[in-house]
Amino acid sequence: MANTDKQVNELIKREYEHGFVTEIESDTFEPGLSEDVIRRLSAIKNEPEFMLEWRLKAYRRWLEMDEPEWAHVHYPKVDYDSISYYSAPKKKEDMLQSLDEVDPELLRTYEKLGIPLHERAALAGVAVDAVFDSVSVATTFKEPLAKAGVIFCSISEAVKEHPELVKKYLGSVVPAGDNFFACLNAATFSDGTFVYVPKGVRCPMELSTYFRINAANTGQFERTLIIAEAGSYVSYLEGCTAPMRDENQLHAAVVELVAMDDAQIKYSTVQNWYPGDENGKGGIYNFVTKRGACIGKNSKISWTQVETGSAITWKYPSCILRGENSVGEFYSVALTNNYQQADTGTKMIHLGKNTSSTIISKGISAGHSSNAYRGLVKFGPGAEGARNFTQCDSLLIGDKSAAHTFPYIETKNKGAILEHEATTSKVSDEQMFLCRQRGIDPEQAVSMIVNGFCREVFKELPMEFAVEAGKLLEVSLEGSVG
Amino acid sequence: MLSIKNLHATVEGEEILKGINLEIKAGEIHAIMGPNGSGKSTLSQVLAGNETFTVTQGEVLLDGNNLLELVTEERARKGIFLAFQYPVEIPGVSNMQFLRTAVNAQRQHRGEPEMNAAEFMKLARETSKQVDLDPGFLKRGVNEGFSGGEKKRNEILQALLLQPRLAILDETDSGLDIDALKVVADGVNALKSKDRAVLMVTHYQRLLNHIVPDFVHVLADGRIVKSGGKELALELEERGYGWLGINETAAAAS
Repeated sequence: MANTDKQVNELIKREYEHGFVTEIESDTFEPGLSEDVIRRLSAIKNEPEFMLEWRLKAYRRWLEMDEPEWAHVHYPKVDYDSISYYSAPKKKEDMLQSLDEVDPELLRTYEKLGIPLHERAALAGVAVDAVFDSVSVATTFKEPLAKAGVIFCSISEAVKEHPELVKKYLGSVVPAGDNFFACLNAATFSDGTFVYVPKGVRCPMELSTYFRINAANTGQFERTLIIAEAGSYVSYLEGCTAPMRDENQLHAAVVELVAMDDAQIKYSTVQNWYPGDENGKGGIYNFVTKRGACIGKNSKISWTQVETGSAITWKYPSCILRGENSVGEFYSVALTNNYQQADTGTKMIHLGKNTSSTIISKGISAGHSSNAYRGLVKFGPGAEGARNFTQCDSLLIGDKSAAHTFPYIETKNKGAILEHEATTSKVSDEQMFLCRQRGIDPEQAVSMIVNGFCREVFKELPMEFAVEAGKLLEVSLEGSVG
Repeated sequence: MLSIKNLHATVEGEEILKGINLEIKAGEIHAIMGPNGSGKSTLSQVLAGNETFTVTQGEVLLDGNNLLELVTEERARKGIFLAFQYPVEIPGVSNMQFLRTAVNAQRQHRGEPEMNAAEFMKLARETSKQVDLDPGFLKRGVNEGFSGGEKKRNEILQALLLQPRLAILDETDSGLDIDALKVVADGVNALKSKDRAVLMVTHYQRLLNHIVPDFVHVLADGRIVKSGGKELALELEERGYGWLGINETAAAAS
């Protein structure tokens, strides 16, 4: 009650840690979007003709689309002509040959963020693609991965080096015209990560991309494409941060995953974009489309996300379960504080026989924030024997925050089985009193209780990041006991 | 060690404690008895620093220092331990993690090094056997799905691990069958030491067959109306509260 709220509120007040700005010279486009801007973008990246055509087609389509308004979020209309669509740190040469040529200022930036890019200093067993504003600045461990046959590079590089794969799969899961933000991304995406795991290969290390927005008034539009051929396995993690700025910044990404027969993709996100200040000023608009297609039999796609940042999150990592016996999973922790708004969830589209999906969503709302789970479970006519289990738990901290649950179910198959559980709870005074009576600080008590609430999701994260995610929650909760 | 003088406390404006006086010395075991609604549980909660209650008058000294100016966790670190009547669940937080966090929080404040996971696990396993809890309980969520008896034994386990100066047991015997009562009593008896005091709040005399108190106090309508030795508990069992001028039903209704 009152006392606990006060403690929570004090807890939540901690400052955003990654809010610094890197002083670096950049090539930045003038704000505004037009066919000419897209041509320049494509030219700067030396893209083949097919790519430019694809972008232009998307752009023309986008001009005719309306921004969606159905989500449970409120924000002033974005002026798409006030955003710069390309910003890249200036380079001395055209292409980086090795990490030694990366601007030391950039290396220091990533080090400060806890992502050392030098392979000798890097986290053992994790390869990193570092995306800074609009471009990929470095990709580590490319050689050992290449030996295993795994392609891990920036998407710009893939467009040039592996055009056949890009042509075949880009837009195959999230078509250019899928939705307003995805379409904007198709027209303007500047970089992102490409992963290809050949048949039967178990990717020898964790792959990850670290997204950093640095420049002001710039949107980040990255695109990630992961293809897992039959019998392969890959685990991929993305992390994101941005400086503290009073203006809102747009991040509209698209992620596409393709899993063939018996392939498995594990995709984890730790999203910590700048959430805005305690009065709700500034912060990132995170409008993201993520979708995976389980094309093959017995394939599996698993999304795990820990969302603590962004002023607004609009994001529904989904699975299209086409292959027989294919499996889709969604494990989510979404924490909102102060004036943050999140409308996030998943779509599980069951098309094939005996497909199954699991949704575990944990929403934590503190401060004046609003946190909505929105999910769709759909069973097509061919989804004989399909099943879904959904569990949505909300935890409220304080008495000014809100939690909403919007579960949608569509079924065209009577044989499908669906289970749904939902709970809403509060960090109770009794729990706080018990912890404090044992000598535990209130801050530590809240973070322990919240971590306990999220345990089912955290255990799905790769080991190195589960610890990180726990700490991140602690920071995001500062100032917030309920 | 603990000195309570003219303690008054209210909850939501209603006065529950109306002038409690009590002296507890190290090494002693005190029992507080009384009908429902007499203020027994309130006294334990107030001593532990539950902010739902407001102290309106009086003082409480622990080793000569004002206890009432300390917040809950500071009191805990000074050695006040409360075994809850209804221990709350903390889903997803393992008992082991909870206990280790508590023990280390207290060690840290005493300037002692933290115990690492392996050291602590060994200690916790041994101690859990002492209260007849399977070490498997340490992996489960705090009180999550525990039976009433298991919750109470878990409270005693915490007392044994935290080694408090003053252990307050709030109706620790309620809801226990005779075997569980014996286990809990053995745990409490293991706590006994010349440096430590125990304050037992209980409705029934039966716990006192297993844990023999040095003093028994009868609480009625927010005041201690009679104090005596262990024989007072037996007398209460035989004669009820009526002979002390306490109307049990009326007290319960308040």
